[in-house]
Amino acid sequence: MTAVDHHRHPGINLGHTDPDTHEQAEETLFGFWIFLMSDLVLFALLFATYASMMGSTDGGPGPRDVLELSSSALETGVLLFSSLTMGMASLAMKYKEPPARLQMWLVATLILGLVFLWLGGSEFVKMASEGASAQRSGWTSALHALLGTHWLHVAAGCVWLILSILQVAIFGPQSPVKLRLMRLALFWHLLDIVWIFIFSVVYLGGLA
Amino acid sequence: MSAEHTAREKRRELRSYLVGFVLAVILTAVAFLVVAAGLPTMTAYGVIAVTALVQVVVHFRFFLHITLKRSTRDDLQLILFTTLIIGLMAGGTIWILDNLHHRMM
Amino acid sequence: MPTTEGWWPLVFGRLSFDALPFYSAIATGAASLVVIGAVVVIGLLTWLGRWTWLWREWLTSLDHKKIGIMYVIIAMVMLARAVIEGSLMRAQQAMAFDNPGFLPPEHFAQLFSTHGSIMVFFMAMPFLTGIINFALPLQIGARDVSFPLLNSMSLWLTAGGAGLMMASLVLGKFSTGGWTGYPPYTDAVFNPGVGPDYWIFAVTLGSLASTMTGINIAVTIYKKRCRGMNPFRMPLFCWTSLCTSVLMIFAMPPLTVATALLALDRYVGTHFFTNDGGGNMMNFANLFWLFGHPEVYILILPAFGVYSQVISNFSAKILYGYDSLIIATMCIAVMSFTVWVHHFFTMGQSANLNAVFGIATMAIGIPTGVKIFDWILTMAWGRVRFTVPMLYALAFMVLFVVGGLTGILLANPAVDFQVHNTVFLVAHFHNMLIPGLLYGMIAAYTYWFPKAFGFRLDEWWGRVAFGCWVTGFCLAFLPLYPLGLMGMPRRTQEFFEPDYLPFTIVAGIGALFLLSALTSLVIQLVVSIRRRATLAVPGGDPWDGRTLEWGIPCPAPEYNFAVLPVATSRDTFLAAKEDGTAYAPRRAYHDIELPRNSMTGVVFGLALAAAAFGLVWYMWWLAALGVLVAIGAVVARSFVLDTMRIIPAAEVRRQDEAWLAQVRRLPAADRDHETTPRNQGIAEAPAP
Repeated sequence: MTAVDHHRHPGINLGHTDPDTHEQAEETLFGFWIFLMSDLVLFALLFATYASMMGSTDGGPGPRDVLELSSSALETGVLLFSSLTMGMASLAMKYKEPPARLQMWLVATLILGLVFLWLGGSEFVKMASEGASAQRSGWTSALHALLGTHWLHVAAGCVWLILSILQVAIFGPQSPVKLRLMRLALFWHLLDIVWIFIFSVVYLGGLA
Repeated sequence: MSAEHTAREKRRELRSYLVGFVLAVILTAVAFLVVAAGLPTMTAYGVIAVTALVQVVVHFRFFLHITLKRSTRDDLQLILFTTLIIGLMAGGTIWILDNLHHRMM
Repeated sequence: MPTTEGWWPLVFGRLSFDALPFYSAIATGAASLVVIGAVVVIGLLTWLGRWTWLWREWLTSLDHKKIGIMYVIIAMVMLARAVIEGSLMRAQQAMAFDNPGFLPPEHFAQLFSTHGSIMVFFMAMPFLTGIINFALPLQIGARDVSFPLLNSMSLWLTAGGAGLMMASLVLGKFSTGGWTGYPPYTDAVFNPGVGPDYWIFAVTLGSLASTMTGINIAVTIYKKRCRGMNPFRMPLFCWTSLCTSVLMIFAMPPLTVATALLALDRYVGTHFFTNDGGGNMMNFANLFWLFGHPEVYILILPAFGVYSQVISNFSAKILYGYDSLIIATMCIAVMSFTVWVHHFFTMGQSANLNAVFGIATMAIGIPTGVKIFDWILTMAWGRVRFTVPMLYALAFMVLFVVGGLTGILLANPAVDFQVHNTVFLVAHFHNMLIPGLLYGMIAAYTYWFPKAFGFRLDEWWGRVAFGCWVTGFCLAFLPLYPLGLMGMPRRTQEFFEPDYLPFTIVAGIGALFLLSALTSLVIQLVVSIRRRATLAVPGGDPWDGRTLEWGIPCPAPEYNFAVLPVATSRDTFLAAKEDGTAYAPRRAYHDIELPRNSMTGVVFGLALAAAAFGLVWYMWWLAALGVLVAIGAVVARSFVLDTMRIIPAAEVRRQDEAWLAQVRRLPAADRDHETTPRNQGIAEAPAP
């Protein structure tokens, strides 16, 4: 086993295509991966709070009155597709494809992320107009906290994407830029995993 | 590293993302269809739980490249430890609050 | 002047002249102390013209040692405030039999809330974070932590949180909900004031900082060990630091969730913990203790590590049961996630559930017991030197066992029902945390002080401080055990039971000793600085040390090691001294790369603290501005690619060879003269 194989980390590994950056990535990405695990615990507790408040509707609307299968399916599709485009961006970076190709995948991911934010945002507005705002009951509070935290994470990811697109344009494929893209990819893929739990527990679990 | 080797690795990694994507789409679709079709609640819960857990594994395997290879054990151990902590915290929370809830009835 | 209409609320939110602390003499006095202290510090710095120096050498530094020292300074300042607050409470209870004393109930409630919050979040956490920051990279033979900038950001978040606590003394009234901040005491209905908001945001800043620190330390230990330093050669302090950092990573999220949801309840009107609308305040207790229980092990484990180093060092023996100590530490770390319900046995859940957590709680005593036996066996048949750190270790072992036994009592739900919410509990956790955390941190401070500043601390004043801490602790807290069994509730501002009085008076006298202990620490520091020439230990090894950090100069150079060491055993430096290679000339020197200073951390931490202050007082513009500046600082930093500087090999060689030459000239001191001026940092070689 060579040294390059030895330093492995989650997500795309640069390996032999850029051994120097690959070696730095070991430490940086390990740290970021730990942060993501900590973030997962945070989500888990929001889920647990949500689960414990399923019945706390205080006579107000419940899951069947508020949640919709079709809109959540659309959100799920958009986010899943953005995971694929983020993967393509990672590959474009790793295999040193022309910067325009990398930028194209990043922009595609950004657009999908923004579409997701828009869909989620309009869902919040709709819920508020139907009397299911966060202030209505324990259950709506927990619902908003869970969806809102995920939404804010995606928003942060979108800001990060914009910065990455700028930095790829300004600095080109330098190692700090690559390391940031690799972390961004981990962040993005993990948000999708959190979303699996959200659509399974909140939407499908609430509507089944 | 030879160009040929790199090209092979690239094809393999591209295939990994595509396979993962297709599997994820199928699993998601199954879960949504079960609910859309209006299967009995308990059956639906079962299917949703299984597809969700399998899909999590798919995402970890194909998008985050976590495998059982020795060189990635550190990350896997971290995931398993996180799962343990989440199980204790989330499971404990639900157990305790549910228990309180029943005793308040 | 109107403060509720026109432009005033837009600019100052709900801040008005009523927020100034003129409602009681004590509040005015305390606020004046803070303001005068700040003015004096600022004035002195200006008068001495040290602002540029402070900014360049300290505030913007990314050096893990300087960051560690700044953490300890924050901890010491906050320790002073919280000890004074504790003494005020003890004084109140010593005279509050059948009379209201000098503290009105609301003020008393503020005092126990700030005392607890400060002691846990802004004394204990910065202290242990500072000690780990300082000592850990040296012990594993690293040049810095993995993420120096993140380290600086954590420091400044902590400083911002501590600053917010200080601001609460001057503007507005603090929470009356205790350090745990339980609703309904902290919800918007019961307390619409700024107090709970101060608590929420100070604690949140601290918990974010701790999460980041945990990640940093864990990665440093995983990835930055020097050659040969396999995990089972790491000094035990590194192992306990690793377990502490893992606990920080996984236990801080529940606190963040609890405070964030409480903030939502207060600011947005959600129903997580409210009494109406389907809220469930018991979930707050649950979330808080999901954090809170691992937290007590976050606090205690680093001290366990310090004691392991100190006991082995001053017994001149290899640590007994190294493997069992590691296993015990890891067991404690994992088990600490399984016992949180014992903090609310009386909340109403079923007996079966309580039994599970009661048994888990008793089980956690087992690994802790293993450790005590290991330390005793380390001392056995050793040549024990009773220096100040060792004295703290000994006092800890005796007192901690007492605290542990009362913990076993409390772990039994049936007993807990009898004594919960009495001062028995107060006695128990002070019995764990004063010997188990504070003594350990002061021992670490004494032990590593020469490595940070180049001279030892004055031994005699150290002993005086030790005597006062131990006497003070015993007098102030042991009487609370019988008081608790007699039924005296905790957090009592006034009582009517004459039987309590003798005990509360003894406890009040104990508080005087604790104040003296604090004063002795200050005197010790002043005396040591004035006598620094005679206390200097340039040789770098004042305690006949065993681990890597003692093989470099005192104070440690900014790059730590001129040449990165290679670990050969658990006590690498001791082994090197034994075979005469400790101060051998180096083969070659290389350029050393270190991070440049950065103001990102300062701007980030203080901007978020300003945002928190804005949120507390409803100054929405300040909150938004603070968050934007903090994000802007991070974004701006990401566009800076040139972040490292080089120390040329020739310069490293010059400094290192000068030190090695000095070492050869210095006289070696035998261990009988360890605490005399003969000790210049070179330990006499052991008899063959």
